[in-house]
Amino acid sequence: MNNLDQLLTIKDLHTGFRIKDTYYDAVDGVSLSLRKNEILAVVGESGCGKSTLATSIIGLYDRNKTRVKGEILYKGQNLALLEEDKLNHVRGEEIGMIFQDPLSALNPLMRIGEQIEEGLIYHTKMTKEERKNRVLELLKQVGIPNPERIARQFPHQLSGGMRQRVIIAIAISCKPNIIIADEPTTALDVTIQAQILDLLKELQNETGAGILLITHDLGVVAETADRVAIMYAGQIIEEAPVEKLFANPRHPYTRSLLNSIPQINSENEKLQVIQGMVPSLVKLPRVGCRFADRIPWIPADVHEENPTLHEVSPGHLVRCTCWQHFHFESEKGGNLL
Amino acid sequence: MSFMQIKDLKVHYPIRGGFFNTVVDNVHAVDGISLEFEKGKAYGLVGESGCGKSTTGKSIIGLEKITSGSIIYEGEDVTNKVRGRNTAYNRDIQMIFQDAHSSLNPRKRVQDIIAEPIRNFLKLSPGEERKRINELLAIVGMSEEARLKYPHEFSGGQKQRIGIARAIASNPKLIIADEPVSALDLSVQAQVLNFLKDIQEEYGLSYLFISHDLGVVKHMCDNISIMYKGRFVESGNRKDIYTNPQHIYTKRLLSAIPEVNPNDREERKKIRRAVEVDYLTNHHNYYDENGRVFDLQPVSETHQVATSAQNKGGI
Repeated sequence: MNNLDQLLTIKDLHTGFRIKDTYYDAVDGVSLSLRKNEILAVVGESGCGKSTLATSIIGLYDRNKTRVKGEILYKGQNLALLEEDKLNHVRGEEIGMIFQDPLSALNPLMRIGEQIEEGLIYHTKMTKEERKNRVLELLKQVGIPNPERIARQFPHQLSGGMRQRVIIAIAISCKPNIIIADEPTTALDVTIQAQILDLLKELQNETGAGILLITHDLGVVAETADRVAIMYAGQIIEEAPVEKLFANPRHPYTRSLLNSIPQINSENEKLQVIQGMVPSLVKLPRVGCRFADRIPWIPADVHEENPTLHEVSPGHLVRCTCWQHFHFESEKGGNLL
Repeated sequence: MSFMQIKDLKVHYPIRGGFFNTVVDNVHAVDGISLEFEKGKAYGLVGESGCGKSTTGKSIIGLEKITSGSIIYEGEDVTNKVRGRNTAYNRDIQMIFQDAHSSLNPRKRVQDIIAEPIRNFLKLSPGEERKRINELLAIVGMSEEARLKYPHEFSGGQKQRIGIARAIASNPKLIIADEPVSALDLSVQAQVLNFLKDIQEEYGLSYLFISHDLGVVKHMCDNISIMYKGRFVESGNRKDIYTNPQHIYTKRLLSAIPEVNPNDREERKKIRRAVEVDYLTNHHNYYDENGRVFDLQPVSETHQVATSAQNKGGI
């Protein structure tokens, strides 16, 4: 791994929310790095802390109720400690964000063109004429037909897919080095989803930006990502290059997730899945393997006392040691190693 | 033999406007579809948002007024009938809603929610009713303590289970499931799907599964219809649709689904591009000049595709 290629390095990040004077960490010791020209997917179910991770990076949280510890290193500065006004120069200019719901992310009272222009006014010294041209260029770049007309329209006049394209245009307007995409296609139909994902990849090829893709959809991950990190209960439990993860998943949770997908090619069998769900923030056990409760048929002594990430092959990290002894409840016990 | 037939169902919404707020046009939400339901089988309705699939489900159960066409249930025409509380049709057709949370009354306890269809249709004594509620909770895998709780005390997956318990309480024959798992997380979704399959086998239920997720529909359904602009573009059994899609819209939909295999994703992208080009150039073979989908033409015994009459011979 080349250190020069690293755009963003997160070290031991803890983001906690205050509930009745106690802070509960929703992101609990996450370390990640994002490289140039790479799509890193963060995958998990609702409540696992993946969106909190995204908002921590860009500082979109309520400072009175949130505690952020750890390092988010970007170009030598720690974003977690940065003042609001300095952070404003990072947001949009260095790090662009694509939100899940395109309708609520756009201002309903502003014309599309003005909304794209906003970031340009704040971050660049372009003249009015230059900005106008840049807006049209951006709209063209994200595949919107007839940009002159669309720029004068309001968000409600566009379809969902078009709105998401506008959001992407806003995110890339200042040519950021990093794009954080939080569930960019969840609200869209499959055919539109395929178009938006293709568009993201094309834009990345042109600009060489690093994309942090946050999603719960493993299909989207398999189609787009280069590297994958699976999150469960605030921690990364498995991290691997995309081919390795799908060919050789290790952690019980990853295996359960992959088994939960009703596949187009699979036949009419039952989905093999681990019962239960992500525990809530308050009830989360903070010691030992956080997945142990979901797999009670696995003996307790195969879990680590303080589970850490182990490198099982180059680039492939798995938390805890329980995966070596794991089998689904319906299967016979056996040793994987 | 099918117990229920739907013939040429149409649901049009008037668009009002102009000087005297007269009807200027109609939205053809559902525009002439036919379906038949057999016992113990699952039927899938697939389409993108706005294609009319939810309207179809709602109009079958009677939540939406039918413009024309008919629903025949066990030999009886039940279209747009004003039905009393106790009719057999109301008892035998039940619905599972997409958003479990908003389909449960927040001020009712779980036992009252589940008991509602029992009280409406079955006339049990309080003791029997309690027994039946416990039975239903056991079927959906919840403990008896849940009876006295309120909906907000449960997670999304559990709420969907309560919705399912309510739907099966009156021993229905057909359950209309409108996107029953799309609001749920992946592993919870799998748990609910497994469970829906279990009760189908056990009680011989029929399902009408309305979904945009072709993976889920393939997992659950025997017969699948693809819907576009209120009409069926293709209809057939699982094998027909997934291994031998004929209509360009079906092909496009299938090619857009992400697959859980990162190795040949470049290849899939090329196929997707090719289908997209095909979709744009051969549009006229599949839609008439007004963009309306043609009528279904049989391809094989089970498989029907919407093409123009000239194209019938071979595509």
